[in-house]
Order: sequence, then structure tokens, then C-alpha cells
Amino acid sequence: MADKLPPTPKLDELEKGPWPSFVSEIKMAAKSSLASQDLLGLLERSYNEKIGHWKHGGIVGVLGYGGGVIGRYCDLPAEFPNVSHFHTVRVNQPAGWYYKTDALRKICDIWEKRGSGLTNMHGSTGDIILLGTRTDELEPIFAELTAIGFDLGGSGSDVRTPSCCLGKSRCEWACYDTMALTHDLTQSFQDELHRPAFPYKFKFKMSGCPNDCVASVARADISIIGTWRDNIRVNQDAVLEYTKNGLNIQKEVIAFCPGKCMEWDGKQLDIDNSTCRRCMHCINVMPKALRPGKDTGATVLIGSKAPIIEGALLSSVLIPFWKPVAPYTDLKDLMGRIWEIWCEEGKNRERIGEFIQRMGMGNFLETIGVEPIPEMVAHPRENPYVFYEEYLVEDDEEEGQDKN
Amino acid sequence: MAQMITAQEAAEAMFNMVKEAAGLRKLKPMDLTKNLLELFGDRVDKQICKEAIRELVESGRCVYTYFGGTYLELPHREGAAND
Repeated sequence: MADKLPPTPKLDELEKGPWPSFVSEIKMAAKSSLASQDLLGLLERSYNEKIGHWKHGGIVGVLGYGGGVIGRYCDLPAEFPNVSHFHTVRVNQPAGWYYKTDALRKICDIWEKRGSGLTNMHGSTGDIILLGTRTDELEPIFAELTAIGFDLGGSGSDVRTPSCCLGKSRCEWACYDTMALTHDLTQSFQDELHRPAFPYKFKFKMSGCPNDCVASVARADISIIGTWRDNIRVNQDAVLEYTKNGLNIQKEVIAFCPGKCMEWDGKQLDIDNSTCRRCMHCINVMPKALRPGKDTGATVLIGSKAPIIEGALLSSVLIPFWKPVAPYTDLKDLMGRIWEIWCEEGKNRERIGEFIQRMGMGNFLETIGVEPIPEMVAHPRENPYVFYEEYLVEDDEEEGQDKN
Repeated sequence: MAQMITAQEAAEAMFNMVKEAAGLRKLKPMDLTKNLLELFGDRVDKQICKEAIRELVESGRCVYTYFGGTYLELPHREGAAND
């Protein structure tokens, strides 16, 4: 079968260099997979013609679910019959991406039998991505996946599969149990995950600390990022140890502190925690000397997205400090109120961040019953949800009283 | 208090909306919910609409489709499909 590989001079360029290459992986799979052989031929043709040959979207899926399968057909089925159908299956990953090898083998066995054998571990959504199968294989794949304990993930206008960093399972900086929250939200929002009913996609991403290893602040509609509200724990002896080993604290720590909250006199590191931004920079540079505080929780942010229809947005603070305690009823109630107004007033393909921009954060907060507070304001006097009217009325009243 | 309609009645009304719109325009699940709330007023709520959509999809009378957003349509042979 390997002799039948089509010539791919353009794709071969993508195998050069020290980094992993998806082309090498497809070529490896092509030794035993006709779909992978045709995929190589089709991709080479796309590179030559500078035209994509996929038709995306449509009707394919499994009975009862509105997400989890992304339909894809090739527009050259006669020339590349083995990729004429090349649907993607999104499988809900376990929180933190922990697997036993046995589970991975079972997934791969299913996919080699019923699909192209090509996988993407993991997609940007966090799901296990199984690339390339035929329409008539979808129901058997779904049945076999559920039999080994896996379910499909989200796609389309629904809650996308919630994802998280590995949190307290391995990371000493985790300020809350990201995996527990992710698992709970996944179970609680099964209906919203499998039956799309929103104006557009909705993503939850959980990071255990402000390092934000899942980049939730840049791409999740709801970012839940671990933080603390007491003081950074300092071991002054360990700080001195760093200096003895050549660390220039002034240059490499103090100068990069966004809150300018640290002072170093050559013997002692002083931190004004009231102006600390919880950015983690100092802790990352001196992990043996500094630790997050003990009163930990999370900041809940809303509204980020990557550029698709409109430009990119970063999340805004919605709840500055939240204690994630199971069963997280307060968060779920808040989500209900957010979805209610977004479903009611949101335009087709309008992400929640764009919706908030359109209606104004002040109106949005009022509708979902959240009080505006200073922690939501990135730059004083720039945000449209500072209600100056109240102050103006008060000022007028005071002026009136003075006159009398 | 007004007598609430059943999920089956809601599903039937939604199915008719999807059928009438077929070939003319695509309806999102939220469009159907809003239409039903307008049609039946306080005799229907969002939970009934949710159950009705589930009933329609699980019975195979309607299918979810994806064209940028997610829609509910009558089952049909896909235009892009390759035999």
C-alpha cells in the first residue's frame, strides 16, 4: 500500500525542520489507510490550486444530538473516493486529559475500524478529535464510544465541551479544583451541550491559577481563573538563596511587577499585597520562595473570543472573587440568567462578548442582576457602565442645598 | 391560570412551523421557542419548548443541521452529500 502514495512535493516541504509534522503523520497512517492516501493527494492538489476542496457543515450527526459531528465532504469524490465523506467526530475529553492507555487503545481501535485512523489529540476545544469517517459509520461509532464510557462533545450553537488545566491533580499553583468544576459543569449542562439552542457557541474554560494554562482569558465565553485574596506567602531565606544563585531580583522580578507592589533592599522582599495584581510573575520566577495565599478561589470572567465573525476579545471581570464549592449552584444560576437574556436578545452568530458590547455592560449587568463594582473596570472613566447620572444628581442636589 | 399545552402539542406546532418554512428559511431552536411563546402566550413556557424540541429530534421528525449556526429542519438528503 505504501507504494501507492501520491507524489507530494509541496506537502514534503512541511516535513522539513525540527518540529513535528502532520504530513509525516498522515504518511505514516497512509501505509495502512486508503483515506489517508487520498487525503495526501487532495491536500497536495489544494496547495497547487490554492483552493480548499472541502464542503463543510450540513445535516450529519447522530440521532438525538445536535453536536459532536462536523460534516465534511470532498468536492472531488470521483478522484478521491476514500475521502468523499470525511466527517469529524468530537469526543468529550476527560477533565485534565487523563487517560489510561487502555482507554486510548480502545478509541484508536474504533477509529481504525470505522474511520481514517487519524486523530488530533487534542483540538483547540480540548476534545479528542477523530478525523475522517463516512456518514453510515457515525451511529456505530457513537454506539461503540458510549459502550467504552465516552460521549460526544459540543459543536455548533451549543455549550462546547468544558475544558480545564490539570489543576490540583499535579500543579502546586492551582487555587481551586478545576477538574471537579469541569466535570460538574459537563454533567450539569448535558442538555445545553448536546442540544444546541443558543445564538452561537458558548465555551467554559477553567484555569487553576493566573498563569491560565488553558488560555481561557483569550478564548472562553466564561473564563474561571484561580486566584487568592490574602497575601502572597514569602520565604525570605529562599529569596536570599535565589540572589546567591545569581538572580537579579530588581531586574527580573521587581521591574516586571505590573502593580509595582514590591520592594527589595538586598536583604528583604516586601510586598504591598493591596496593590498586587495576582499576575504570578514573581511566583513563577521564584517558585521556591513565593507561593499564592491560602484564601484561594477564582475570578469569573466573561466574553472573550477568537476572531471569526468579528475581531478578538479578551474576557472582562464578572465576579472578582468566587469560592468554587460543589454543587456550584450560584454559578449555575448566574449562567441561567446570562443564557436567558442572550437567547432572548442575541443575534444569530453573536458571541456573548459581542452581545455585551452591543447592549452595553451596564444594561447587561442590570439584566443578570449583578452589581457593577470597581474590579470590573480596566481603566477608570473609560467603561460605559460607570453610572455617572447618580453622581450628577447627587451633585446637583448638593449644589441646590448650598444655594438655599 | 391558563391551561398549559403539552410537550406533544408544542412539538406538533413546532413541526408545522418547520414544515412551512422548509425550503424558504431555516429556523433555529430559539426561533421556534419564540414563535411558540408568541402563539400560545402564557399557555407555554421555555421548559415545554425544550421538551418539544427534544421530542422532535429524538423521534427523527426533525434533524439538527449546521450552516454557520445550528438549525432545525426536516430530514432530507443533504445537498453537499456524496453518494
